[in-house]
Amino acid sequence: MTAPGPAVADAVPGAGAGTPLLEVRDLQVTFSSRGRRPVKAVDGVSLDVAAGSTVGIVGESGSGKSVTSLAALGLLGTRGVQVSGSVRFDGEDLLGMPEAELRALRGREIAMVFQDPMSSLNPVLTVGRQITEILERHRGLKGQDARDRAAELLVSVGIGDAVRRLRTYPHQLSGGMRQRVMIAMALACEPRLLIADEPTTALDVTISAQILELLRELVVGSQTALVLITHDLGVVAGLCDQVHVMYSGRIVESAPRRPLFADPQHPYTNGLLASVPRLDQARGTPLLPIPGSPSDTLPWAEGCAFAPRCTRQVPDCLGSPPALLPARGAARGAAREAHLVRCVNPVEDGS
Amino acid sequence: MSLSGAEAQETTLSQPEEARGGLLRDAVRRLRRSPQAIVGATLVLLFVFVAVFAPWLAPYSPTAQDLSQVRPGSFPGPSAEHLLGLDQLGRDELSRIIYGARYSLIIGIVSVTIGATVGMALGLLAGAFGGWVDSLVMRGADIMLAVPSLLLAIGIAALLGRSIISVMIAIGVVNIPVFARLLRGAMLSQRESDYALASRSLGVTKGRVVLKHVFPNSLAPVIVQATLALATAITEAAGLAFLGLGSPDPSIPEWGRMLAETNAYLASEPLLALWPGLAIVISVLGFYLLGEALREALDPKLRR
Repeated sequence: MTAPGPAVADAVPGAGAGTPLLEVRDLQVTFSSRGRRPVKAVDGVSLDVAAGSTVGIVGESGSGKSVTSLAALGLLGTRGVQVSGSVRFDGEDLLGMPEAELRALRGREIAMVFQDPMSSLNPVLTVGRQITEILERHRGLKGQDARDRAAELLVSVGIGDAVRRLRTYPHQLSGGMRQRVMIAMALACEPRLLIADEPTTALDVTISAQILELLRELVVGSQTALVLITHDLGVVAGLCDQVHVMYSGRIVESAPRRPLFADPQHPYTNGLLASVPRLDQARGTPLLPIPGSPSDTLPWAEGCAFAPRCTRQVPDCLGSPPALLPARGAARGAAREAHLVRCVNPVEDGS
Repeated sequence: MSLSGAEAQETTLSQPEEARGGLLRDAVRRLRRSPQAIVGATLVLLFVFVAVFAPWLAPYSPTAQDLSQVRPGSFPGPSAEHLLGLDQLGRDELSRIIYGARYSLIIGIVSVTIGATVGMALGLLAGAFGGWVDSLVMRGADIMLAVPSLLLAIGIAALLGRSIISVMIAIGVVNIPVFARLLRGAMLSQRESDYALASRSLGVTKGRVVLKHVFPNSLAPVIVQATLALATAITEAAGLAFLGLGSPDPSIPEWGRMLAETNAYLASEPLLALWPGLAIVISVLGFYLLGEALREALDPKLRR
């Protein structure tokens, strides 16, 4: 932890009994380029993902949510990036793992689905070739066996006429279909962890709902754990067991889905929920945006990063960073540990 | 499954049956809709046709002289027997222009092949490995590009001696850094693309990502450049011949040389300079138009 550290150590969100599938501890990612001030994109994130569970990471652009997942998988590259902390998958440290072992793990044990299905598929290869490539790499399937399995996968993600679709190129498919193909590729080897980085952001609302429904069918309730990265609380609402809200590289609130929506304690979470327009409001009720923009932040070392935009700012907000602590008013025992908030003046009545 | 209805809808929204097929077919389809491409392709095909069938098309041998009609300082202009007239040595100008297409085409193809092959190999190395390999290749390319291309070609051709082969090598070498740079740049940008990241995230090895995903996606600008390089190769070959660096054999009907030779008679017989000039312009224009149209047809941003 960098000085000056918080006076009180952060509690770890999502920590429960037993060894979690994915265990992230104090992950820090700093981007530096010559002649510029280093940027800390992820600043001490700790979280656990239990096997088979669904975890949401919510935050606006630049809050460090995507970088967290890319860093965990070692996909950030090496130039100008410093990653510290630890990421353990099934007890094995991913950050210190040799690249070859990590590559063998990616796609087989941990898979990712990206935001933009328009650009995440190779335009010059057929859909079938791109799926069989993964099967060939991890399962050693070749030729007709691989094609048969690929067709099965397409059917499982709801693409009909699969055998013919295998021969199509990405540009011949619609956005929703392409995202289905991406999901088929990610689930090809039945990974134990699927990281979906804004899987529905580039899609329109109805297709987005279908994709979420598909993820729910294939992943939720199965043995695959899902980490859903999104800026849309609505996406999280339907799917996730545990939700982490990130702001400026740190988790500011962490709670199971129900308490988070019923009783948001951090002013940022509260602001996000309040800014969603509601149908039951009277016509003409003004929208309630969070004032300022994500660039109006304070370095965490100087206090709460959200303070410049916060409506509940008190003098205690500045000086030292607030710690992530069990939420006031949360139930005792396990539930108490499950709802954490990083705020000195949390919202009391989260309405 | 509850999704079957949505699936049916998506199926109808995707492209109709006739639109299926590879990217190549897609590009060809778009080329056929572009008037620029059609004009370019027609000129190129005409040029290639003339070059290939020169012996059947040319009314006379390019070296046969009709000395009865030529006197110093005065050559008969266009006539029914000699459509474009006779040159200073009494040879049929039209036949020489027709045979000249052969030399231009061969020089163009061979030199671009040399430039593209070596350049792409170097660009692939630089783009795939990065680091010091990249620095070495790119600094070498920078040094070559620092010298104006025609000047560099003149230097190399002069060094190798006067022959058609040395013209081809000279123009080929001049093209090497262009292709190396282009492929390397395209590969660097494709390496950062989402699909490269996506395939890495699914465990595809680095070598495979570069060769199977990044490299094929980086070829479009190279194909376009090859077409445009054919055009510049023709002008450069003509330039070298004009400067006397082509083949020393005076019987070879090379357009650049023909321009140079008629230079002395420009005041009295301007038409003799016009024909080879026009031949160069038309063939170069064809390759340029085709190249520009290809650029648009192959641009993934405009695809859909």
